[in-house]
Amino acid sequence: MTSNSTSPLVDQLRANYPSLLDSWIAGQKSAGASRPDLISDADLRRQCSELLTMLIEALASGETDISKPAWERMRATLRSVSMSRARGGWAPSETVQFVFSLKQPLFASLAAEDRAANSAVILELDHLIDRLGLFTADVYQQGREEVILRQQQELLELSTPVVKLWDGILALPLIGTLDSERTQVVMETLLQALIETGSTIAIIDITGVPTVDTRVAQHLIQTVSAARLMGADCLISGIRPQIAQTIVHLGVSLPDVVTKATLADAFVAALDRLGRHVVSNGQASASGR
Amino acid sequence: MSRALSPWREFVILSEVPGLERLTVALRTQEDVVLLRHRVREHAVSLSFSLLDQTKIVTAASELGRNAVTYGGGGEAVIEAARDGFRIGLVLTVLDHGPGIANLDEAMRAGFSTGTGLGLGLSGTRRLVHEFDLRSTVGQGTVVRIVRWK
Amino acid sequence: MERIPIIKIGKYLLVTVQTDVQDNVALALQEDLGNRIIATRARLVLFDISSLQVVDSFIGRVIADIAGIARLLDAEVVVVGMQPAVAITLVELGLTLNGVRTALNVESAVAMAGIRDPI
Repeated sequence: MTSNSTSPLVDQLRANYPSLLDSWIAGQKSAGASRPDLISDADLRRQCSELLTMLIEALASGETDISKPAWERMRATLRSVSMSRARGGWAPSETVQFVFSLKQPLFASLAAEDRAANSAVILELDHLIDRLGLFTADVYQQGREEVILRQQQELLELSTPVVKLWDGILALPLIGTLDSERTQVVMETLLQALIETGSTIAIIDITGVPTVDTRVAQHLIQTVSAARLMGADCLISGIRPQIAQTIVHLGVSLPDVVTKATLADAFVAALDRLGRHVVSNGQASASGR
Repeated sequence: MSRALSPWREFVILSEVPGLERLTVALRTQEDVVLLRHRVREHAVSLSFSLLDQTKIVTAASELGRNAVTYGGGGEAVIEAARDGFRIGLVLTVLDHGPGIANLDEAMRAGFSTGTGLGLGLSGTRRLVHEFDLRSTVGQGTVVRIVRWK
Repeated sequence: MERIPIIKIGKYLLVTVQTDVQDNVALALQEDLGNRIIATRARLVLFDISSLQVVDSFIGRVIADIAGIARLLDAEVVVVGMQPAVAITLVELGLTLNGVRTALNVESAVAMAGIRDPI
């Protein structure tokens, strides 16, 4: 497109702006891509109106390469729409359909004005809108990846609850398979909790962990070492026979780490270290006199 | 004779990203090592490293910087950001024009437990980073390049 | 040259290490602390490193040396407040700080000493 030919094109588009806008929105609705549950009619209209205006402005520049500065505002707005849809739960097809629905109204309008003169223009517009659609798809994808990453992070944090069992005693019941990354996050969380609660004993319970590989075993050991460096200590409970076998076969040694079969046993051992033990009520009142 | 630990991998250095520009720190005195720690910390923060990752790379930088000043007669450090595929990382290159390391294997083995000798702390530093490359020529100097990926 | 202050609190000495201690300052501390232990006849030295974000092999050795010196002068050094990131990094560095006692905070350190050395 040269500057000469965009003038009549742009004039035509500007003249038909209201009906273009209506057709675009109607097109999205009939394609089932308007998602009234996710966006109100008013907001959708506002979005489309903004974009249509920008589209016409960008076309007026004569620039057909959408990566160039003339298309900067359009890209920026499309980006923000696409991102918010990625985060908002729109389907990818709905997001891209948003852009493609522009084609029908535009072509119909231009064809109605002057089919012969506009045929080349329509072809160019077709390519251009395709590229805009692809751009939108890419941004949507990035948006989804960010959401997934954030959800993974949240899941990681949720699944590592540190529980205060008693003054000075924390427990970390681990559930599910541990991968290297998760174990590291978990261990950092535990060490931080030791400082924050001023606890000197942490019980890492792996009853709910089906398997442990070398790296996880090493992380466990490192955590115990780090805790000791900080002036605390760790007990490990819930080592199942299979895991014990794995650890021995892997040649990983747990040098002077106290291990107990159950969390309960570990708790009693921890209390003992702090100079406490559990007595029944009868005994207590007898000695408390 | 130049000895190297391993072939140096190449990455894409990101030099035009604002806030991640390549930075050179001269290493002549102990104060410079302190400055190096600060600069590495700043870069790591710009790259959004976790606190633990920051600590690891800054500690590694401190080790290397100290070596350059104490055993290498001074030198310089270059801090950069790099990309390898889709991961981003911090690259630190520390070089000195000191005596060089005659026995690489021994130097890499030398730990803190020995307490004697050069006490280079290189083996420990290696554990803190993802990539560790070293080249040394006796009589000319040593270059160490470490990378920690995000 | 800046010198790290050593504060006497009751029967204990408290040394608070701020960030970025320079090597010569750390070495001066060893000397100062030895003298102070003798002068005050303190039996316990609390070495607060809660502000230290980086402990490399040199500082690690300084800490170990200080503990050794104090022990020879019949005092115990307890390193207090090590940050998790520092602890994890030290473990990975292979620095065990063997022979150096550590405590989560001043309270635990004092309690530890109290048990060992009741008044």
